[in-house]
Amino acid sequence: MTAPLLEVDDLHTTFRTPRGAMRAVDGVSLSLAAGETLGIVGESGSGKSVLGRTIMGLITNGPTTEVTGSVRLAGVDVHGVKPAGRRELWGTTVAMVFQDPMTSLNPVKRVGLHLTESLRLHKGLSKGAARERAVELLRQVGIPEPARRAGQYPHELSGGMRQRVVIAMALACDPQLLIADEPTTALDVTVQKQILDLLQSLAERLHMATILVSHDLGTVAGRTDRVAVMYAGRVAESAGTDAVFGTPRHPYSQALIESIPSIESRPHSLLATIEGSPPNMLAPPAGCRFAARCRYAVDRCRVEAPALEPRGAAAGSVVACHFPLTAPLHHQHQEVGA
Amino acid sequence: MTRKLALRVGELVLVLLIVSLGVFSLMALLPGDPAVAILGAGQPPEAYADLREQLGLDEPTFSRYLDWLVSAAQGDLGRSVVPPQSEVVDRIVSALPVSLQIAVMGLVMAMLIAVPVAMWSAYHEGGMVDRLISAGTFALLSVPSFLAGLLLIMLVVDGTGWFPRSEWVRLGEGDLLGNLHHAFLPALTVALAELAMFARVLRGDLITTLREDFILAARAKGMPPLRVLFSDALRPSSFSLVTLMGLSLGRLIGSTVIVEYLFSLPGMGSLVVNAANQGDFPMVQGAVLVIAVLYVLINAGIDLSYGYLDPRTRRAHV
Repeated sequence: MTAPLLEVDDLHTTFRTPRGAMRAVDGVSLSLAAGETLGIVGESGSGKSVLGRTIMGLITNGPTTEVTGSVRLAGVDVHGVKPAGRRELWGTTVAMVFQDPMTSLNPVKRVGLHLTESLRLHKGLSKGAARERAVELLRQVGIPEPARRAGQYPHELSGGMRQRVVIAMALACDPQLLIADEPTTALDVTVQKQILDLLQSLAERLHMATILVSHDLGTVAGRTDRVAVMYAGRVAESAGTDAVFGTPRHPYSQALIESIPSIESRPHSLLATIEGSPPNMLAPPAGCRFAARCRYAVDRCRVEAPALEPRGAAAGSVVACHFPLTAPLHHQHQEVGA
Repeated sequence: MTRKLALRVGELVLVLLIVSLGVFSLMALLPGDPAVAILGAGQPPEAYADLREQLGLDEPTFSRYLDWLVSAAQGDLGRSVVPPQSEVVDRIVSALPVSLQIAVMGLVMAMLIAVPVAMWSAYHEGGMVDRLISAGTFALLSVPSFLAGLLLIMLVVDGTGWFPRSEWVRLGEGDLLGNLHHAFLPALTVALAELAMFARVLRGDLITTLREDFILAARAKGMPPLRVLFSDALRPSSFSLVTLMGLSLGRLIGSTVIVEYLFSLPGMGSLVVNAANQGDFPMVQGAVLVIAVLYVLINAGIDLSYGYLDPRTRRAHV
């Protein structure tokens, strides 16, 4: 096997705030092969969006930010190269689909220009060729009447259409890695599935590695090869998607899966929730970060932080828990998203 | 579209009517008798009466207003009552280009300096340079233009001799370079006061825009920073700047009196002030009317430019 497309090693992203250092990403390692899909799941504030942006290099060392560890993307040290070197990666090697299509398109630029400007910059296409390619891209992401749409302004399109434009923008220069940061959170439920299906089919067709960041396990289920569950800036568990859903080994993963409402649960039954709230990242607890909310926690968990290790499971499966769960989740929730 | 335009023009005409009425009544309501102002005190009463009749001042105010308005609409603003009693229109035609040129040149210079400064400041928000620029613009804001003008004269005119102090070469008299040479310092004086305001306003708006997702998205496409600033951030940030610029241009045409005095320019400001001192009411009325018309037209143009700046506003206007 050749070197992976993306290798993240012990990545830390720390924001210096007036109230102290905020460790948004606190020691994350992961790798991704070409064409592979990875879901990153976690609740709000778990650091998953910051992780995505740090991987891409949109967040890097600066006056208020400190990044340590390394990100190697297609052989390039993302945080080691000069800004110009990073910009060369953006659009062509790695691209991002943002959360809110209402705000991620420039209101004063026509839809077509959003696409043609990167085509002309990265691929050196002529004006006419770029326009043709832009219309082709819009057609590819399922926008009807692409030629007319290219001449419109973003506000003239619906939310779902705009997100398709954002996806076309990301695809414009054939990236090897697509990072989709909560791509459906701001959309209608009916549109969410269409967008996810589109992303999935495009990734397969273009043989593009994808990182799908979401707070919703249901979004990731059945759509990615692997899942990394994040909690408070760290990876709690990382394994094949089926394994995580079938036999979650971290109590947090288990609790997340249990809190997905199922179509088979009885009407008016109580939805399972996770008690408490995530730790304050300005002063994270010493031991396991989930200990305060974990139903299995013992004294050791509150003192000693568990390392992310295989702990007896199949290769490629790691968990950060002193007492990983072993029993498969034996109820209907395995059906989720299938 | 036609209806929109018709409404817009109707609105303009109404505003201009109100302005003209204001200008006219202002002069009619001013204390003092124009006849006395012109002839001086101590003349026989018949002399004053004759002059009043000659000037049409014995007619009712409103009918005088209508007469004045009808002639004004035909391009006749009457004659100065002060010797050599020249045509008001002629005097304005000779003074207006001077003021317009100084105002426009001043604004262009202000923009050329303010836009890059604001961009640098906003892009490096909170940094050393940003703080220096903020302090600098604040200092500039507090320098009155008579001081700035005097300092420029002292330092540049007297100090280096590169620029003339008190001559004026008219535009269109063949010598464009000479004209620009003479206009440079007065325009710079005007620019100094304006650019500080422009830079501060634009910096604030740019900082807000730079936090938008679409800026991050443009960066994530690999666009170079300068390109992101100019092609993505500037236009959505320029509403306040353009509004401010329109107001400045309107204001500068009529009120660069101090700069005109300092550099002995035959512009609108000195025209109005001199006329007012001499009780030359047709001149004041005419000049103020022309300035007001320009002001209204400029700001109508600014309103139209919003549609270009932000396509989302195009439908909202009725």
